[in-house]
Amino acid sequence: MTVGSGLQYIGLFRVQGPLVFVKGVKDVGFGEIAEVVTLEGKTRLGRVLSISDELAIIEVFEGTVGLSAINTKVRFLGRPFEYRVSAEEVLGRVFDGLGRPLDGGPPPIAGKARNINGMPVNPVARAYPQDFIQTGISAIDAMNSLVRGQKLPIFSGSGLPHAHFAAQIVRQSSLLEAGKKFAIVFAAMGTKHEEVQFFRKDFEESGSLKKVVMFLNLADDPSIERLITPRIALTVAEYLAFEENMHVLVILTDMTNYCEALREVAASKGEIPSRKGYPGYLYSDLASIYERAGRITNIGGSITQIPILTMPDDDITHPIPDLTGYITEGQIVLDRGLFQKGIYPPINVLPSLSRLMSDGIGADRTREDHQNLSSQLYAFYAQAKRVERLASIIGEEDLTARDRLFLKFSNEFERKFINQGAYENRTIFETLDRGWELAMILPTRDFTRVQPEEIKKYGSKAAVDADPGYGDPENGKPEHENEAGKWKD
Amino acid sequence: MERKEAKDRNAIISEINGPVIKVRHARSFSMNEMVVIGEEELLGEVIEIFGDQATVQVYEDTTGLKPGLFVQGQGLPLFAELGPGIVGHIFDGTQKPLSAMYRDSGPFIRVGKTAVALDRDKAWYFKPQILSGTKIMGGQMIGVVQETDRIAHRVMIPPNLNGRLMEIVPEGLYTVAEKIAAIEDEKGEVHEIKLYQKWPVRQIRPYQKRILPDKPLFTGQRVIDFFFPLAKGGTAAIPGGFGTGKTITQHQLSKWADANIIVYIGCGERGNEMAGVLLDFPNLPDPITGRPLIERTIFIANTSDMAVAAREASIYTGITIAEYYRDMGYHVALMADSTSRWAEALREIAGRLEEMPAEEGFPAYLATRLAQFYERAGVVITHGGETGSVSIIGAVSPPGSDFSEPVTQHTKRYVSTFWALDKELAGARYFPAVNYLNSYSGYVEAVAQWWQRKAGLDWVKLRNQALTILKEDARLMNIVKLIGEDALPDDQKVVFHGAQLIKENFLQQSAFDPIDTYSAAEKQVVMLQIIMKFIERMQDTVVAHRIPVYRIMELPILEELGRMKVRYKGDDLEPFKKILNRLEEQFDDLFKRET
Repeated sequence: MTVGSGLQYIGLFRVQGPLVFVKGVKDVGFGEIAEVVTLEGKTRLGRVLSISDELAIIEVFEGTVGLSAINTKVRFLGRPFEYRVSAEEVLGRVFDGLGRPLDGGPPPIAGKARNINGMPVNPVARAYPQDFIQTGISAIDAMNSLVRGQKLPIFSGSGLPHAHFAAQIVRQSSLLEAGKKFAIVFAAMGTKHEEVQFFRKDFEESGSLKKVVMFLNLADDPSIERLITPRIALTVAEYLAFEENMHVLVILTDMTNYCEALREVAASKGEIPSRKGYPGYLYSDLASIYERAGRITNIGGSITQIPILTMPDDDITHPIPDLTGYITEGQIVLDRGLFQKGIYPPINVLPSLSRLMSDGIGADRTREDHQNLSSQLYAFYAQAKRVERLASIIGEEDLTARDRLFLKFSNEFERKFINQGAYENRTIFETLDRGWELAMILPTRDFTRVQPEEIKKYGSKAAVDADPGYGDPENGKPEHENEAGKWKD
Repeated sequence: MERKEAKDRNAIISEINGPVIKVRHARSFSMNEMVVIGEEELLGEVIEIFGDQATVQVYEDTTGLKPGLFVQGQGLPLFAELGPGIVGHIFDGTQKPLSAMYRDSGPFIRVGKTAVALDRDKAWYFKPQILSGTKIMGGQMIGVVQETDRIAHRVMIPPNLNGRLMEIVPEGLYTVAEKIAAIEDEKGEVHEIKLYQKWPVRQIRPYQKRILPDKPLFTGQRVIDFFFPLAKGGTAAIPGGFGTGKTITQHQLSKWADANIIVYIGCGERGNEMAGVLLDFPNLPDPITGRPLIERTIFIANTSDMAVAAREASIYTGITIAEYYRDMGYHVALMADSTSRWAEALREIAGRLEEMPAEEGFPAYLATRLAQFYERAGVVITHGGETGSVSIIGAVSPPGSDFSEPVTQHTKRYVSTFWALDKELAGARYFPAVNYLNSYSGYVEAVAQWWQRKAGLDWVKLRNQALTILKEDARLMNIVKLIGEDALPDDQKVVFHGAQLIKENFLQQSAFDPIDTYSAAEKQVVMLQIIMKFIERMQDTVVAHRIPVYRIMELPILEELGRMKVRYKGDDLEPFKKILNRLEEQFDDLFKRET
């Protein structure tokens, strides 16, 4: 009867959704891995979700289709889900959602077996992330700077170009330069074949394929498997970052599919749901994934996470983006309106945020005026959006001259600052100068967030450098007309 | 935690479901008793008893536990160790010392037995302040230990012990484990007194009597102190969706609040945030004493990836520590970030117990638990005759920024001050994003006298004048949104621009600017006086003398108004008086030119 370290049981008591119930089990631990052997002798993996004296409930990752109550065998392996990792065996490889090779190579066998659930990081041991990563994308670098060890999700919607955008971040991040050891861990959960192909091709073209580890659970793969995929990916990432001292960028796409798998299991188990049928522990469960980003004191490597999720119906208050935003250190929000205007990347900077920005930028890290300029651009853009709303009611004609300047700012800001090519890589200085150039559309008296010295040093330069035809058309008008709408909110 | 030696191994696990386990043969357990599980000694607490079965919530990861493992009762409810060695340190939700754990077992948190909360080897210099033979009451001070450079730790006898002091050690170095005194109680029983005592975290520490709060917890944050003040011993809630600045506000308060002790509870929040605080606080000087802030701060960190049941306990561990320092006669401010995560931990445990849910899956006792927590705030006369206070500031994280959800609603019932954070303000990077229309404070009257003394003027009147303009402006904004600002008559334009001045130059405050981050009370008063003077003169000039608003908006003094918050610290009020003078001059000039 004994197989490996565990026991084997024949027959299932109950099968429900992705769960099987086994009676009369002994010496089985909570969270232990089980092998479910079908009539045909095929093995499926599962995990113990709940265990009592007589009954074990197991979630079967590859689904329960075809399992019979009488002839199915269940083996308990006496250990949690573990994965063996060594740098030589994983870099440049492709695996399925449960970590089995898809590229014809051997499974990783060297290295220590690691529990894929990881362990919580002692907050005392964390090193505060402060190293600016230049992504070459203005809307991120200037307005929502990414730092090494941050977890910064992309909130997207169906059909928005999050894949292109994420690929561009990977391609351009100076994380990948400077002779430092780096790696990319890519975990797909219920992702379309097309999207995965796109990422693969992009890694290939940028020559980083040898540095990528891919774990693929595709849209037509078993859904419960998705609960495992990100955890294996992060186990690999932790090994590379904290033992091999590499800077690791982890892409998790799409977290919405992950959460749906979690809901499926919770519903089958008959748990009391909280919002929209998701289990009450969705926050804790997501945290157990997202919190595995960061840096550790005295260890050279880092894990930077970019999870991607599609907001159902573009609704940012949906539990998945909502709880994600409460755990991650900010969010980059893609906007359908901007996308329809033809702006790429369609980042709506107003709801976007990077919480670690203020400590990662400034004189020693980027430039002294970065924080204030960013804040000023936010204030202008927010005001411009209010003017746009007003204009949609009373018409542009009836706006004050000052308000028209805001409209112009908003338009130019979207076209020249947020908008950029998928292969356009701007340095942080180019980005900041461009920001000044646009800010100078508005009269300097409206600059409430920057210092006069900064305007003198950077602003006037931008104004001089600017294309002459790109100046302020309202300048010719009498002073008071220009100023009539000042101090307006 | 100190644990009892193994003796009774009858009770065994019969079922495991996440952080909740069922135990058989558990007749000897009592409600809320602490238990340890298996050889690894995982820590748990009894939360339900049914026949000879008990339900236990486990404060650590239960992966790998098996039915049949033994569970031992500890004969004690979940307690905190209270003594020197707390201030400046960081603990998890059950008061495990995180720094010691890092030292002993590396960067990741392992389950099972760890070091005890208070370092048993460190010797403290104890100075007795009482003679043996004296009659002594529970809570009375018997001596002092200098815990940090600014905190004198008053060593007290446990609150429920009365009797006669039999002996007390001479001045000298002692560890927390050593006996420093002995007391004979009324029954003739002798009790050993050490530098530390244990106290069950779910039980409020007793005091002589409660008194009404009458002093503000001054924070240097203008929108809070001036408009929505919190009193020492009061309660406040900061609700706000993600990204609205709850955590920054909590950090600002823990940096600048004029409390003697700050207890900061990171409850189910981000690990990197705690790392940031731990990096900042040892270097930041306290505005009052100039000593590093860490010397008055205690951290309880149960980040979101740590065990969920310990998150539930972290709130109680924190408030118990706060009460202990209150009993020494200190003013303590407790920040809980975030109470929503604590409520979710309650919900998760309740769900695993298959309890009947009330709103949104939360258990029906959510409101009761919130009330019990917030009611532990207050100003008290301690058993030692001192006045001490605990103020509670709880962050709330409403899902989808929807304030009608149960945690926000129930919290509102038990707090007196409400600082509502606004998503739209935060989007425009307008910080602190406190919405001045939805926020309120129940302590305006209580602190009015304090302000009166500080400012030498009618603070309530000044505050009301400013609030009236802001409220009138909010009404006008609805019109402006529809027809544009130009359509407003002149007197309303004055309100509109006046409100703008208050918002930009007074309410908005940068946490990152070295000067603006903290505003002394005198500076707050003079700043608002200047702005209100400007509005008054503008009103007069526009309405009575028909001078157009844009003429006033060209006055160069406006730039000075815009920069005064970041330019002058406020220890010297002279620059502000000069601004006021120039303001009057410029209006006078304008008046001459135009008429």
